[in-house]
Amino acid sequence: MKLLQTEKLTRAYGGVMAVNEVDFSAQEGLITGLIGPNGAGKTTLFNNMTGLDIPTEGKVFFDEKEITGFPSHKIARLGIARTFQNIRLFKEMSVIENVMIGRHFMTGESPHKKRLTNMFKSYFFMESEEALMLENAHKWLNFFDMDEFANEDAKNLPYGRQRELEIARALASNPKILFLDEPAAGMNPQETEHLMDTIRKIRDTGVTVVLIEHDMKLVMSICDNITVLNYGQKIAQGTPKEIKNNPLVIEAYLGKEE
Amino acid sequence: MVNFFLLILIYSGIYALMAIGQNLITGYTGMLSLCQAGFFAIGSYVTAILATSLGWSLWATLPVAALLSAMFGVLIGLPTLRLKGDYLAIATLGFGEIVRNVLNNWDSLTGGPMGIQRIPMATIFSFTINPYKKWAFLALVILIVVISYYLFERLGRSRMGRALQAIRDDEIAAASMGINVTKYKVWAFAIGASVAGIAGSLQSVFSLSVTPNSYTFMVSIMVLCMVVLGGMGNFAAVILGAFIIQLISYFPQLTGLSSVIPPQFKQILFGLILVVMMIWRPQGIIGVRSYRVGQKKSKAKGAK
Repeated sequence: MKLLQTEKLTRAYGGVMAVNEVDFSAQEGLITGLIGPNGAGKTTLFNNMTGLDIPTEGKVFFDEKEITGFPSHKIARLGIARTFQNIRLFKEMSVIENVMIGRHFMTGESPHKKRLTNMFKSYFFMESEEALMLENAHKWLNFFDMDEFANEDAKNLPYGRQRELEIARALASNPKILFLDEPAAGMNPQETEHLMDTIRKIRDTGVTVVLIEHDMKLVMSICDNITVLNYGQKIAQGTPKEIKNNPLVIEAYLGKEE
Repeated sequence: MVNFFLLILIYSGIYALMAIGQNLITGYTGMLSLCQAGFFAIGSYVTAILATSLGWSLWATLPVAALLSAMFGVLIGLPTLRLKGDYLAIATLGFGEIVRNVLNNWDSLTGGPMGIQRIPMATIFSFTINPYKKWAFLALVILIVVISYYLFERLGRSRMGRALQAIRDDEIAAASMGINVTKYKVWAFAIGASVAGIAGSLQSVFSLSVTPNSYTFMVSIMVLCMVVLGGMGNFAAVILGAFIIQLISYFPQLTGLSSVIPPQFKQILFGLILVVMMIWRPQGIIGVRSYRVGQKKSKAKGAK
């Protein structure tokens, strides 16, 4: 089943078509790769699907419901989580608090008339909700093997760990689909290897993954499906094997033979 | 002398309330707002007008002052939300000046530049809190500061406080984590404004008269100084900051040097404090955080 789908999605900045009538889709439970040369519109497409940007034209569907133009906090609440190309952590907050934020929107949403009683309840009963949030956050830190960093400031983590923390934070929101924008950027081969295992593990927990990546080894080995963009247009879609042999893709990356 | 020191303490308390509000807006949410003086003025005038023309007691006007300030907080918050950093500072600065100018010119309601005099003293169970006998008034101020401190500290540690900090650190990431950035920013603004309104109420029953000139831009700057000096994001620290700034601004009178030191010395010193703090200790004298999830308070460490 197509969990997420765009229909002729277009984003124009003035006369520049950053994304041009792209039909993108992500199958539920699989890892979908989004590749293309620099400036092909990959991140713009991501932003348009996650509400950071509003498409000029076209539609976005999630779970068969249209979500075009929803603000990003609403989209997040539907079960769409993402990470960013240039890491966006809450730098002054501790690692555990960063992960707890992931679950923020699931808490405190009591009906209005109960707000007042909840205020007092939380006071007298050790903030059970908070405890639950903390427990969940620890679960995800454990998943990434970073318990020891729980009370560190996020900004003090090593680079690779920061990337992982961003993924942990996204996963803490219990998403149905996870968008990763260049998760392996700046990682060394061992770290990349480790990341690939992690992404597979994430998929195995039932989360659909969509990722932008330049590391072809990573993309080709873990993606079930790949979509290729060039100059804002979709030029190919298929399994890694099909993509590898697609002449259009080769042309986009290596140029035409004279 | 004791009396004078009590006066400083009372003003420290009143300003501490504003600084607490400013801390929520600036220290927690990262919005550089410069209009605490505006909300302070609104609170003062609400109490002054209701008390003189309708005979309301302080206790009745206090919630009205807080609510009305909060309402203006929402009013100014909604349109300026999209602005960041210096742009927000300029827009809010404008709001503060608008409030002062309205007070200056709306003669029929506010008495214009003359302001409102003979505001009745606050009473509690038929006991008059006479501002000239400063102990009782100081007790009242301390009580309100302690209550606000407690509530704000709890707010800061709650999920809302966490969301505000997330917004401060990265708005886009916060939105993609499902946090309704607009809603929280408006709330922070409204809550920060309401406590400044309460400070205004206290001010008007303390000085027993209000004039627009007590609510100048300098007040907002002073409040900002208190937050920066004490430590952004730490409510106890900003209360200390408020005390230190008040002490400094009354320094000439306190030492009997008021004939030697010109009153402008205050402004110079505030500027100097801001610069020195920004260079050597941007996290303030106490440090940034008083609380961290999963850590005992005593173990919490300031920034390095």
